[in-house]
Amino acid sequence: MVAFKATSAKVFGLKDNKSILPYLLLIPGLLWLALFFIVPIFSLGQMSTKVPGAQTGEFVQGYRFANYIDAFNASTEQFLRSFLYGILATIIALAIAYPLAYAIAFKSGRFKNILLVLVVAPFFVSFLLRTIAWKQILGEEGPVVSVLRTLHLISDTTSITSSAFAVVTGLAYNFLPFMTLPLYASLERIDPRTLEAAGDLYANGFTTFRKVTVPLSMPGVVAGTLLTFIPAAGDYINATILGSPSNKMLGNVIEARFFKIVDYPAAAALSFTLMAAILVLVTLYIRKAGTEELL
Amino acid sequence: MKQISKWFSKNLIRIYAFLAFTYLFIPVLYTFIFSFNDSRKTNLIWKGFTLDKWKNPCGAPDICNALGNSFVIGLTATAISTILGTLIAFALGRYKFRGRSTTNLLIFLPMATPEIVLGASLLTMFVNLGINTSMFTAIIAHVMFCISFVVVTVKARVASLDPRLEQAAMDLYANEWQTFRRVTLPLVAPGIAAAALLAFSLSFDDFIITNFTAGTVNTFPRFVYVSAGRGIPAQANVIGSAMFFLALFIVIAGQIFSSRRKAKI
Amino acid sequence: MAVDASTSARGDLVLKNLTKSYGDFNAVDDLSLVIPKGSFFALLGPSGCGKTTTLRMVAGLEEPTSGSIFVGETDITDMKPYRRPVNTVFQNYALFPHLTIYENIAFGLRRRGISEAEVKTAVDKVLNLIELPQLATRKPNQLSGGQQQRIAVARAIVNRPALLLLDEPLGALDLKLRRQMQIELKWIQTEIGITFVHVTHDQEEAMTMADTIAVMNKGKIEQMGTPEELYDSPKTSFVANFLGQSNLIPGEVSGNDGDNLIVDLFGTKVAVPKARSSAQGKSVLVGIRPEKFRIAAEGKSTHGNVLTGGVVSDVSYIGVSTQYQVEMPSGKELMVFEQNDDDEEMLRKGAKVVLSWEPTFTFALDGSENAAAGSH
Repeated sequence: MVAFKATSAKVFGLKDNKSILPYLLLIPGLLWLALFFIVPIFSLGQMSTKVPGAQTGEFVQGYRFANYIDAFNASTEQFLRSFLYGILATIIALAIAYPLAYAIAFKSGRFKNILLVLVVAPFFVSFLLRTIAWKQILGEEGPVVSVLRTLHLISDTTSITSSAFAVVTGLAYNFLPFMTLPLYASLERIDPRTLEAAGDLYANGFTTFRKVTVPLSMPGVVAGTLLTFIPAAGDYINATILGSPSNKMLGNVIEARFFKIVDYPAAAALSFTLMAAILVLVTLYIRKAGTEELL
Repeated sequence: MKQISKWFSKNLIRIYAFLAFTYLFIPVLYTFIFSFNDSRKTNLIWKGFTLDKWKNPCGAPDICNALGNSFVIGLTATAISTILGTLIAFALGRYKFRGRSTTNLLIFLPMATPEIVLGASLLTMFVNLGINTSMFTAIIAHVMFCISFVVVTVKARVASLDPRLEQAAMDLYANEWQTFRRVTLPLVAPGIAAAALLAFSLSFDDFIITNFTAGTVNTFPRFVYVSAGRGIPAQANVIGSAMFFLALFIVIAGQIFSSRRKAKI
Repeated sequence: MAVDASTSARGDLVLKNLTKSYGDFNAVDDLSLVIPKGSFFALLGPSGCGKTTTLRMVAGLEEPTSGSIFVGETDITDMKPYRRPVNTVFQNYALFPHLTIYENIAFGLRRRGISEAEVKTAVDKVLNLIELPQLATRKPNQLSGGQQQRIAVARAIVNRPALLLLDEPLGALDLKLRRQMQIELKWIQTEIGITFVHVTHDQEEAMTMADTIAVMNKGKIEQMGTPEELYDSPKTSFVANFLGQSNLIPGEVSGNDGDNLIVDLFGTKVAVPKARSSAQGKSVLVGIRPEKFRIAAEGKSTHGNVLTGGVVSDVSYIGVSTQYQVEMPSGKELMVFEQNDDDEEMLRKGAKVVLSWEPTFTFALDGSENAAAGSH
């Protein structure tokens, strides 16, 4: 209470001295993150260099960095596929979400709030249920396939599910609100008078869009693409439900190494590599905006 | 003809938005429809309309146990993460202190890490320490990944608070605690509520991290995943649809409530 | 929480050597001031002069670097804002958006532990004073700017503070409303007799409302006095230029004649009342307000102080008056406001004119003053 009184004086611009209150506020939460986010990462690193011990399921520290090379060689295909699917899904999500966000920001009038709720609402249904729903809608017994076959658009043997197409569109679908909302937020912030000014300066609709709207919406694009790519690259649910064994992503391999073949070091190495790769990409990307802006 | 094409090009983007919304809702609609399916073991083919599953949503074995666990984990994790996150948000939104950018980074990193890495690393740590995974470890994990989202949500609200309102309160004889209780907190409350709602939905819907850290404790998403192989029971559709309507109701009620507060006469 | 002894302190507001510095920069520089109890006092100055900082220090929202603040006998320098017998009307009103008008006004009273019955009486009374009793149950965002402004004043005065501080409260209002509020605020102050300290950059506002004005510049007080004193006898060029407009002409004192000084202006001799001169030595700046000049075509008869050889370089017809810019032989440009109250024809550009004025309207500043200071 005393600390609160003495130090909240700073808030109201009363005292310029240092106070401990902000640190008191931060410690519980940051401690939790330190213990349950930072420390586990170290555990992961530590596990990744272990070697099998005397008994099965037991691992001892061997500082075997070759684990990384072995794991990478064994799963190069899945590794690359994760990044490929992640990028494709992000591009598709961006293509779908951008006009949608634009429509809500500029063309929705008084329905704006309702539409925002409607964008998020489908995701109140568990994502597993939604993904399985897609599997059944696009699957062998589903309506889509039978219609397409009747119209002879696809042959009797091709199926939509169990394909890369299904996995990628599933990923794009699942992360659409993560793409749409940041896009909407930055489009919404654009002062419509800047667009009018562009028109006044001889730019037609398309040019205004290209030279004014798009650059001004860049913070939203950066945020949205990051929030989509990161979970998409690490996902394995879509691959399991909507794909075949030939569509397996790195996530599937890691899960398998944890629960089916108990090879914790390999799993840890792969997880660590995935995280490092994503962090590198994200850091390069973030050079465009400071961390404060992203938050 | 020219009229039609003119209307078309003017409303092109609205037409697109309509199609996009339809696309978004297709699986929701499908889930809802099939909750009425008179299915036996699998829920893949339409057999007939029935309200049975709605009358007896716990009919499928273990489904309500899983649902219950999801709620317990969700509510506990929401409570803890909302408190911890709100404290951090106040610190970041109000004070200057050294270590600000480090704090921002620490908040940002979990959001930038794929769930599988979060789950795998926690499991590894638990294995190293010889701790068995259980509901307890699941709650720990859920709080961890929810804190960042709470911070971001509340911080926005704290930062938009006009400091002069608090100065006015102090000018009107309210001491620091009274100012916080009567001015700051009521004005930040909507942000805290939104953060709590977000935290709960993230927790309830989580699969990957839960899969790694909950051990044998079944949650609703785990139940769905496991039964996906042999066909999820229609009761899962019932529960999924019910959660959808509940969430929709809460969000719309919140919107109406807040717009009424702002209503101009 | 019982009513605090300190919040009932009464008396003159005394600032002693008040300073607020940020590093090397002094926002408020060794300011000393006595504001008599019950007066309407204005702190006038351009943005950045330190007037708002001074006000906030009196309110307790900023901590002084050094110096002290007294209300009567009570030293309030180190007191928290909620202990001071001072209330503030903020520039953007700072009405609590989540509370009704009634609750906003009752806020200060309730914090001081006053009974609900007494609170109701006081709130109703003040709402009647500002003639807005019907707004009690509304929320601030449902009110117009002018209404919000009055509620902000009500919320402050209902606490019967020793001092009411107003931080440019009329800035956000349009001209007509502002004029109306100026009259209202003045009326409220006379009605309830609380000391008002009004901070503004608008010199017309200060002159209309205040009993006493202190003109501030760069953290210091340039001059303090009644509006008439400041306008008729400015002591620095800043005050001369900031309040209204002035023509400042450099000259040399060449002698004196009874109550007047004789000053040589580029060869012409003019009389300046000694009572209106703050010059220290021989070098002076002679000041004449533009509306005091009489302008006539060359050759016409004149009396009083006279300057010949002027040529009209610009004419602006403003309806109620005509503004002339006259270039003198020395190169100096003088401004003349002539009221359009006779049939005299407007003078044209290029016309040769003679300027004259009554000597009593002249003031003189020390020659070391910067003639351009404060002009806008």
